[in-house]
Amino acid sequence: MSIWEYANPRKFMATSGALLPWVSVIAAILVVGGLIWGFFFTPDDFRQGSTVKIIYIHVPAAIMGSSAWFMMLVTSLIWLIRRHHVSALAAKAAAPVGMVFTLIGLITGAIWGQPMWGTWWEWDPRLTAFLILFLFYLGYMALWEAVENPDAAADLTSVLCLVGTVFAVISRYALLFWNQGLHQGASLSMDAEENVADVFAYPLWTCIIGFVFLFVALVLYRTRTEIRARRLRALIQRERMA
Amino acid sequence: MIGLLIRDLRLAIRAGGGFGLGLAFFLIVIVLMPFGIGPETGMITRIAPGILWIGALLACLLSLDRIFALDWEDGSLELLATSPLPLEAVAGIKALAHWITTGLPLVAAAPVLAILLNLPPEGFPWLIASLALGTPALSAIGTFGAALTVGLKRGGLLLSLLVLPLYVPTLLFGAEAARRGAEGMDALTPLALLAGITFLTAAAMPFAAAAALRVNLR
Repeated sequence: MSIWEYANPRKFMATSGALLPWVSVIAAILVVGGLIWGFFFTPDDFRQGSTVKIIYIHVPAAIMGSSAWFMMLVTSLIWLIRRHHVSALAAKAAAPVGMVFTLIGLITGAIWGQPMWGTWWEWDPRLTAFLILFLFYLGYMALWEAVENPDAAADLTSVLCLVGTVFAVISRYALLFWNQGLHQGASLSMDAEENVADVFAYPLWTCIIGFVFLFVALVLYRTRTEIRARRLRALIQRERMA
Repeated sequence: MIGLLIRDLRLAIRAGGGFGLGLAFFLIVIVLMPFGIGPETGMITRIAPGILWIGALLACLLSLDRIFALDWEDGSLELLATSPLPLEAVAGIKALAHWITTGLPLVAAAPVLAILLNLPPEGFPWLIASLALGTPALSAIGTFGAALTVGLKRGGLLLSLLVLPLYVPTLLFGAEAARRGAEGMDALTPLALLAGITFLTAAAMPFAAAAALRVNLR
C-alpha cells in the first residue's frame, strides 16, 4: 500500500469517490460553523470594531491561495519525474481553485484595508507578492488552455510551475527590499510571542481547517472531472478509429 | 556555436529581421509618456528612471516571439535540435543574439532618451549600468517564454502574460538602481542584486528553455 497506487486512475476514482462526500461534508460543517462562530459569537475588536471579522475569510483564503501553488509544484514534479497522469491533472485542477482563493484574499484584504488603512490598495510587499502570484495563476491556466496536445501541455505547464515558483520566491524577497510593509505580521504562528487573542484564534483555526478541506474537496471534484473528460476523449477517438 | 550566433545576428540585421523595431518602439513609448503624465518637468524628472526601464522592458518583450518563431516555421529549429550542439547551448546562443540585437541598442539609446526626460546628470552612469546589467536577464527569461509558446498559433499575447510576472525582480532591482542613482543615493546594493538575478537567469534559463523546446519539438 503506497501513495503511488493512486497513479492508477481507476484506483484514484474509486478512493476519491468514496472520500469525496465525507470531505465535502466536513468542509461544509467546519467552514459554515467557523464563520458563524466567528461572525456572531466573538466580541468586536477594541480598535478595529467589527471589521476584524473579515479575518475568518481573509487569512484562510490567503493561506490556501499560496498553499495551492505549492501543491501544484509538488504534483508537477511528480508528473515530470514519474509521469503519472493523475498528478498532472490534479495540478491542472488545483490552479483555478488556488486562483480564486488568492483573489478572495486580495478582495477581502482590500475591503478590510479601506476603513483600517484608509486605502483599498497599498503597494506593500505582501499584497504585491500576492498580486504577482495571481498573475502566475493566470499565466499557468492560459498555457494549459493554449496547448492542444494534453501531454505537451502538462509538460510545459509543469516547467512553468517550477520556474514560476523560483521567480515568485525571488519576487517576494525583492519586494521587501523595494518597499517597507504596511501589512501586519503573521496572525498565527507557533513561535511568536504575540498572536491573535484566543477568542479570535479558535474560530480562525476552525475556518482554516475548513478551508483546507474545502480545497481538497474542490480539487478532488475537479480532478475527477478532468479524468472523466480524458476518458471521454479517448472513447471518442476510439469510435472514430473504428 | 559562434557560427549560429553570427547566423542569428545576420538574420536579425538584414531586411525583414525586425532589427531596430524594438528601438523605434522604445523611442515612441518614451515620447508618449509625457503626454500621458503632463509636461511638468519636475514630475517627469522624478519618474524618468522608471519610465526608461519600463520602456526598455516593453521593447524587449516586443521582439521575444521572433527568437524561435522563424526557425520553427522553416524547420531549422529541428535541424538545430538534431545537431551535435546541445539544445541548452542553442537556447543560450539565441538569448545572447536577442540581447545583442535588442538589449544592447536599448542600452545605447537610453542615455539619449534620458536627456528628453531631464534625467539628472549623476543618474546617467547608473541608468546605463543598470540597463546593461539587467537587459541580459530580460533576454534570458524571454527565451524561456518563447520556448514555451513556440508551437502555438497565437503565442504572442500568451507569451507576454507568461513572461511579464517573471520580469518582476529584474525590473524592480534595475529601476531601483537607476532611481537611487538619479537621486544621488547609494545604488550599488540594488545593482549587485540585479547582477545576481542576471547571472542566475543566464545560468539557469537555457536549461528551462531547452526543456520546453524538447517538449514542443516532440
